[in-house]
Amino acid sequence: MNKFKLRLYITGKTPRSERAISNLQEICERDLKDLYDLQIIDVLESPQLAENEKILATPTLIKDLPPPLRRIIGDLSNSEKVLLGLDLSPVTDVIKGKENKP
Amino acid sequence: MNEMEKIIGIEKIETGIEGFDMISEGGLPKGRTTLIAGTSGSAKTVFAVQFLSEGIIKKEESGVFVTFEEPPDDIRKNVISLGWDVAKWEEEGKWAFVDASPVVGEDHVIVGEYDLGALLARIEYAVNKIGARRISMDSIGSIFARFTDPGLVRNELFKIAAVVKQMNVTAIITAERTEEHGAIARFGIEEFVADNVIILRNVLEAEKRRRTMEILKFRGTSHQKGEYPFTVIKNAGIVAIPLSGIELKQRSSTVRISSGNADLDKMCGGGFFRDSIILVSGATGCGKTMLSAGFAAEAAKNNQKALILAFEESREQLFRNATGWGIDFEQMENEGTLKVVCRYPEAEGLEDHLILIKSIIREFKPHRVIVDSLSALERVSTIRGFREFVIALTSFIKHQEVAGLFTSTTGELMGGTSVTEAHISTITDTIILLRYVEMFGEMRRGITALKMRGSMHDKDIREFNIDGEGMHIGKSFSNVTGILSGHPVFSAPEEIDRVKELFK
Repeated sequence: MNKFKLRLYITGKTPRSERAISNLQEICERDLKDLYDLQIIDVLESPQLAENEKILATPTLIKDLPPPLRRIIGDLSNSEKVLLGLDLSPVTDVIKGKENKP
Repeated sequence: MNEMEKIIGIEKIETGIEGFDMISEGGLPKGRTTLIAGTSGSAKTVFAVQFLSEGIIKKEESGVFVTFEEPPDDIRKNVISLGWDVAKWEEEGKWAFVDASPVVGEDHVIVGEYDLGALLARIEYAVNKIGARRISMDSIGSIFARFTDPGLVRNELFKIAAVVKQMNVTAIITAERTEEHGAIARFGIEEFVADNVIILRNVLEAEKRRRTMEILKFRGTSHQKGEYPFTVIKNAGIVAIPLSGIELKQRSSTVRISSGNADLDKMCGGGFFRDSIILVSGATGCGKTMLSAGFAAEAAKNNQKALILAFEESREQLFRNATGWGIDFEQMENEGTLKVVCRYPEAEGLEDHLILIKSIIREFKPHRVIVDSLSALERVSTIRGFREFVIALTSFIKHQEVAGLFTSTTGELMGGTSVTEAHISTITDTIILLRYVEMFGEMRRGITALKMRGSMHDKDIREFNIDGEGMHIGKSFSNVTGILSGHPVFSAPEEIDRVKELFK
């Protein structure tokens, strides 16, 4: 599996930012193990980076690698949707497993 | 009283958009956000760009442009023809883009809660970076399409407006309307930036597009009410025509100028006043253009300048005809005492004609302006648009303190009046009527000074004829009545004397 390169844009240390960070870290630890590289960027500290990347909403998660590029907006509170957004399939297996139980 | 003085009302900043500052009585409310709403193609983006451009050109105020729709590169290219070099200003640190336009082929998924904090941070950053005094946000509608929760977007835009206010920067937000006369804007935007609302319209009226702007409200400060026509022209952008802003305060002089015809001068009690508006009305071919040519030639004789704006005849026709009356236009032009501008009325809208005429007058600085004919311009406009045009033009001419001679063609051969006259007769100082008179199987021509403000004048209807030297005015039609109504009736001289006796 290729290494994931992720960037998370947040605006200041708000509860929502913290929530997004912890949600993302949880997903990464659980589903990506060591195969990821996560960078957290605070828009208030680096507005020019946000300008270059044309970020409007925060939190915004950008998956640079592996292609295709993906953007996920929000506090990432639904890990299944996040994984889908990252083009990851393991979750679907989990769901199927659950559904198959009588 | 002292308490009252401490409270300073809402200040305004001049936008620099021609005509708009007059309509808005000083510009946009300072440090506030104004909503510019309009349908597609109503020049919202031009307004937004011009607000910043004029700030940079005229006031040395830098500006931030937040674009939600078009990529910055498109805007740079689109406004070059209006005379604004945005790329150069960006290099000089006077202009900054916040690019919030959609990224092609890059979709996003929404998972959980979010806000537009990054956008706000970017705007603040751009404003601080270049020390901006002005912000334009264009156009807000597209952001509602990209984020599914309109309530959230509204709330975020409200936050932006609040921050803008805190930074004491003057902002405009443009928004789409779906119809010309209906809700102010989509998504209820007006409810959160409702301090000030301006509506731009682009209405199809009698097969012609007519642009107008209206200040719907300015909270806590005054403005002119109603719709004002405007146009978008090359190298200038939006130019509004503030009608009610026109003031009746032109000076009037008692200096008389010659009409170019000694007999006519005598009829008018010694000539026209120097800064008056003269309307010459008559049916086709009865001598209006000849009278105007004489009026222009008279300027040249006194080493003054005349401007002829011809909307009916080509240059060649005019020059040839003038030669027939003993007037050499070509020589006058070479000497610099005459400028002839021939244009098709249909070539442009009336607003554009007006702006063009104004710029020619400003440049050439004539002493006399001739418009031949106003009726031709009437064809290309709605009645309302024409009336506004005439008022704006006469007012401008009067302010320049030059004499204006307009011709107007009546629809009927004998008698009658034209729509043109109905609109402008009250504005004119002098009205000269030229009429055909049918007498014993012959068409003769009559002239009368119907009105001569501030002067005695001849009330007779006199006969005149035209030859190689121009116009010759003769005796009055003393035994004919009903010339002006187009039904001449011949009366015996005794009858006329009897009536005169009765009214003594």
